[in-house]
Amino acid sequence: MINSILLYPLLFHFFVAIVALFFWRDTRIQRVISVAGSIIALFLSILLFREVWYNGIITMQSGNWKAPFGITMVADTLSATLVLLTNILGVAIAIYSSTSIISERAKFGYFPIFHLLLMGLTGAFITGDIFNLYVWFEVIIISSFVLLTIGGEKPQIEGAVKYFTLNILASVIFLTAIAVLYGLTGTLNMADLRLKIALVENQSLVDIAALIFFIGFGIKSAVFPLYFWLPASYHTPPAAVSAIFGGLLTKVGVYAMIRVFTLLFERSEFLDNLLILVAVLTILSGALGALIQNNIQKLFSYLIICHIGFMIAGLAMNTTVAFTGTVFYMIHDIVVKANLFLVGGFIYRLKGSYSMRQLGGLYQSHPKLSLLLLIPLFSLVGIPPLSGFWPKISLITAGLTTENYLLIAFIIFGSFVTLLVIAKLWSEVFWKESEPISFKANFKSFHSMKKKEQFSLVFAIALLAFVSLYIGFGAEHIQNLSSRIATELTTPQLYLDAVLKTK
Amino acid sequence: MKTLILKTASGYLLPVLLLFSVFILLRGHYLPGGGFVGGLVASIAFVLHAFANGLENTKNLLRIHPGFLMPFGLAIAFISGLAPMFLYDLPFLTGIWFDEPLPVIGMVGSALFFDTGVFLVVIGVTLTIIFTISESA
Repeated sequence: MINSILLYPLLFHFFVAIVALFFWRDTRIQRVISVAGSIIALFLSILLFREVWYNGIITMQSGNWKAPFGITMVADTLSATLVLLTNILGVAIAIYSSTSIISERAKFGYFPIFHLLLMGLTGAFITGDIFNLYVWFEVIIISSFVLLTIGGEKPQIEGAVKYFTLNILASVIFLTAIAVLYGLTGTLNMADLRLKIALVENQSLVDIAALIFFIGFGIKSAVFPLYFWLPASYHTPPAAVSAIFGGLLTKVGVYAMIRVFTLLFERSEFLDNLLILVAVLTILSGALGALIQNNIQKLFSYLIICHIGFMIAGLAMNTTVAFTGTVFYMIHDIVVKANLFLVGGFIYRLKGSYSMRQLGGLYQSHPKLSLLLLIPLFSLVGIPPLSGFWPKISLITAGLTTENYLLIAFIIFGSFVTLLVIAKLWSEVFWKESEPISFKANFKSFHSMKKKEQFSLVFAIALLAFVSLYIGFGAEHIQNLSSRIATELTTPQLYLDAVLKTK
Repeated sequence: MKTLILKTASGYLLPVLLLFSVFILLRGHYLPGGGFVGGLVASIAFVLHAFANGLENTKNLLRIHPGFLMPFGLAIAFISGLAPMFLYDLPFLTGIWFDEPLPVIGMVGSALFFDTGVFLVVIGVTLTIIFTISESA
């Protein structure tokens, strides 16, 4: 029975989606189901995390087919942590969308699809089979495409077309890479692949497969030359949808990259240099893009790209300390990026605009709320002791030991630009004198909401802000967690033993 | 397409095609077939009926909106996956089988229920898509 705990969060989201589908017409009940379901799923993922933390890697062979043949589900510490974070976001965003998603959108199945997306994310994190990973990517793309287009506004459709075209292309490339690997080794199980890849005679073909994987995951995680779909689409849907996209979708790409380049492939010098180059250019282009944006949601989109560069930088340096930094940054980034989009949506509900030029005077009119919004903004910058600060220590330490001074320079550059952009946003949106803004007709502004609805928006942001604060002030725990994950990543033997039961 | 021949034929074809779809569903475990193809054949039966008799008549024939088949199908497939987990403490989706074959149908196991779920979901999805498109056209 103990192994089944691995699947509980995944199955529970599926269950919630089915129950919500039964109440297709009644969006009020769907909202209640979604919030309650997310909270229970959070508890289940805490149980999973506890189990993995105390007893090590859990595996499960679905359909009871033994390891290299059936689909293996594996939860090591990295997977369990990411599942936990997914479900924390799930709770916050379910609470936020229970108020902010209007019934016209919700009646097209927002809530069931939201849970299917969470199921897809959970599945992608715990699968131990490379083809199954592809399947979960498809689940994620299809559900995110629906979430992106529900509502059918013109900019949404335009963004969705770009999003879908490039992501489906990424999936095809990913699938090609799987096909090449399968042709070489005849297996799809990731642990088994590691053993078989070492035996392949034609190692240059393996390197090519690794590059195809890199391109596929590169599009998904929006790295340097392949990121254009992201700023074109992420600001178009409602804030709750942008939040789950900004928090998790690109990180699934990064997760897949970490998994593939630590577990499957031996690192070559060429690959390391490529990763370094891509990381540097990603940081640069994301930072420069963020400097000139006026729409706050678009600004956050460019910051996502910039900070993906930090994670790739850690992956490029390929030491335990660097992986610690990458994983810590990922944990911090998932929470804080989702929260930023929620903050953006919240400002929109307050003032009726996303434009920094039009906004202003938020601090004067809502001083207490501004203090709350300050936490995610400044956690992102990483002003010590807030959460963005700690992972950079590990990244820079790793940079010094591996003598990658270029990466250090760009990590510092990226941090300064982030600081600059957030300071600009703070002075424009919060300090500047406000112009009177007229709301659109039928606009559901914050002040016209009921007390309960207002509370749910603030609560969602406060919940994620609290998690960010914990990551900042409880940095020791997160650092322990990250370094344990990094150790597991650099010694894949643990993973192999757990999956293939060689011991 | 209001032709007498098609209209008369569709009345006979509907039950035949539905029966055929169930046949395909049941033979699907070891032979070509299964829930997906079976579901497609079943939806073709209704689409043909809609071509011959008009969309309204097919909807009256169906009584419920085909979209409602989706959650039912998903639930059946989900429960068939959960059954081995909670009944026998086996991993998710393990096939569990009755000991004796049933007359006509043959051996029955949890895979059949999974396929039935797929069957219903496919009918639901296909008909919802086709009905929505032909309504807006």
